[in-house]
Amino acid sequence: MTKPEKIRCDACPVLCYIAEGKTGACDRYANHDGDLVRLDALTILENAAQPLVPFLGEGGAADWDGTILRADRPFVTAVGAGTTYPDYKPAPFIVSQQVEGVDMVTVVTEGIFSYCGVKVKIDTDRHIGHERDIVRVDGEPIGHVMTSEYGSKMLSLGGVEHLTGGTKKEGRATCDALLRLCNREPVEMLIGDEEIAVIVQAGHAPIINGGEERLMRVGCGSASIGMFAKQWLGHADEVVVVDDHITGVLSEHQAGKLLEIPPTGIKIKGRRSTPGRYFQVAAPGTGWGGTDITDPLTILGPFKSNVAWEGLRLLMVSTTGEQFAYYVLDANLIPQPADMPDPLKRSTDIIAENCEPSVCSVLFMGGAGGSLRAGVTENPVRLTRSVKASLAHVSCGGAEAYVWPGGGITVMVDVMAMPTGSFGYVPTPALVAPVEFTMRLSDYATLGGHMDQVQPVDSIPQASARKITTQGHDPMARENYRWTDG
Amino acid sequence: MMGPVAAYLPGNRLHLQHGPIDLIIGADGDRDVAFAAAQGRFSSILDELVAELAALRLPMGADVARPMGAIARRMDRATRPLSDHFVTRMAAVAGAVADTILQSMVQAAPLTRAYVNNGGDIALHLAKNQSLTLAISGHYGAQLGRATIHHSDRVRGIATSGRHGRSHSLGIACSVTVLAQNAASADGAATLIANAVDLPDHPAIIRRPACDLDDMSDLGAQPVVTRCGPLSLHDIETALDHGHRRAAEYVRTGQISAAALFLQGQSCVLNPDALTLTNRIPAHA
Repeated sequence: MTKPEKIRCDACPVLCYIAEGKTGACDRYANHDGDLVRLDALTILENAAQPLVPFLGEGGAADWDGTILRADRPFVTAVGAGTTYPDYKPAPFIVSQQVEGVDMVTVVTEGIFSYCGVKVKIDTDRHIGHERDIVRVDGEPIGHVMTSEYGSKMLSLGGVEHLTGGTKKEGRATCDALLRLCNREPVEMLIGDEEIAVIVQAGHAPIINGGEERLMRVGCGSASIGMFAKQWLGHADEVVVVDDHITGVLSEHQAGKLLEIPPTGIKIKGRRSTPGRYFQVAAPGTGWGGTDITDPLTILGPFKSNVAWEGLRLLMVSTTGEQFAYYVLDANLIPQPADMPDPLKRSTDIIAENCEPSVCSVLFMGGAGGSLRAGVTENPVRLTRSVKASLAHVSCGGAEAYVWPGGGITVMVDVMAMPTGSFGYVPTPALVAPVEFTMRLSDYATLGGHMDQVQPVDSIPQASARKITTQGHDPMARENYRWTDG
Repeated sequence: MMGPVAAYLPGNRLHLQHGPIDLIIGADGDRDVAFAAAQGRFSSILDELVAELAALRLPMGADVARPMGAIARRMDRATRPLSDHFVTRMAAVAGAVADTILQSMVQAAPLTRAYVNNGGDIALHLAKNQSLTLAISGHYGAQLGRATIHHSDRVRGIATSGRHGRSHSLGIACSVTVLAQNAASADGAATLIANAVDLPDHPAIIRRPACDLDDMSDLGAQPVVTRCGPLSLHDIETALDHGHRRAAEYVRTGQISAAALFLQGQSCVLNPDALTLTNRIPAHA
């Protein structure tokens, strides 16, 4: 790759030459992949009230230019708020505006989160490590594998113990990994003693040991039998859906019994659960259905000679339909590979079709504590109470945040719903994340807000702000609040 | 190309911006006339500086020729006495701009008090019997201290420099706040005191040549601090002591009136009568 040339910024008379990845003297303009881009101090969402879906008419989605948005009500996010003007403390921006006759206030601040981390959901059946395995980045422990969820593996990364409870290097590696994950960048991690390499990037498919995952399984092996049994009827005598969790066997399964499929004398290695369902047919891995196998016959024992018959047709398929094999038993009742009949090929395609694309989801989770709440009000616990009472609404970069029940203000938010580049860090180490508290002006006064700092939204220097049109969450929507009328 | 822009902020303040310059201005007295004068003077400030920028970015020394422009000459006057150590006249650019704008306002209208805040480098005007109290904030808003400046004090400039500012620093100080006769002097001195707060060859401090980070930097190949890990209390005190010595030298020669130095939760102050620190532990979320 050739080194990109510097570009000349003509935004002001300084005329900086800016190298790739660098900013000019003003820190407002930068060279991003050879383009001059504005790095804006403040991000303002121009919000549409409801999520809009393109109308798929004759021209299809391509004709839709996305302009029919109600972009009439800006929402000032906290992205960049902390870096604008040093004299805007206590909270950098406390913004007021009229919404549906109610004077709304948004307290915009960037919080420093020592108590924070991410929860990662990876849509895959492949083995990425056992529950409680340590996740390492740059050799440092940054988190662990949590419980498996339906079709997904979960990681818990970061948290105060890794950020500040370990060595300096551990804290730095954790902070750096969290920052990259939250800003939608890829992070390569090694999981457990097996050192399974997983590359996680929010909104993208995971890459496990060098292979990109494509599909999230439609269901476990047993569920797949239930869903697709009818399509196999008359085309195969036995179907095995290989799954690391629950491998399904058609002839023994309830679905097979209902279709009056006769026993085939098949022998599955592994621990038998209820009829037609087997656990631990192989070790976990990145092969068929999240097991370590590449040859499905290795999970079969010999067919029972008094039940099986020559010419028995056997389909073996993985839970995503990505792997499949068709066999016919020979005279010695040994499965021999054979050309798969079209109806069976179609059924494996349907399994694949029913699988959703595999993606990694990254949810930032953090607790808004001491100084952050103090930036909003002189009496921090009142803010907590207002949030709990749905008088104050919490958003992160304008995105909907889930507020945990119980004490404090502990929030979770999907980083994909936030503006890009929303997160920063401090060397403490800790993450810097945008948080907005929106409420009625009267409620803000009641909870001891910094009323003298409130400024109308028109007075925020919008000319220098980055504006994003969103079709998602509207922090100022009436239904976020418990009050009955203005 | 974007020209200079002006906007009114709540609290009767004026915001002027052009390129890398951001000013927040307040005035008590004939405010409208003062703001109009500030805006008028501001319109050509960046062009005046750019005309001599290449020379202003060169290292300062006794044999360096004086510049032509009025603002550049303020920068020159503020940094020439500091040139025992590495410094360029750009170390005082923010303060010099603040002083220049303030002067235009004071000349245009009778004002009891006025200030021009250029990203933390502040020029002050105080009429007889007037005083002004400033709060010193940490990088994340925690209040670190207060300074009350009276008309009878010689102080008309306050500046803060350190690792978390817009410019690169050769030292590790989180921040250094300096009170001086004008903003340009305070600005230059704060830069050099912040540079002196340092621990040469300490393993927790990562440095890179300034030109690697920003090839327009006036610091050339000087090693700027890119990262400073947590230090032991002893190391913090040693580093602060290095800065304290340089600050004491500037107090002795009359360059500055007072200074407060901050590093990783510790601080030291010269001339505490002028500058009081609040001892608060910065709270994290």
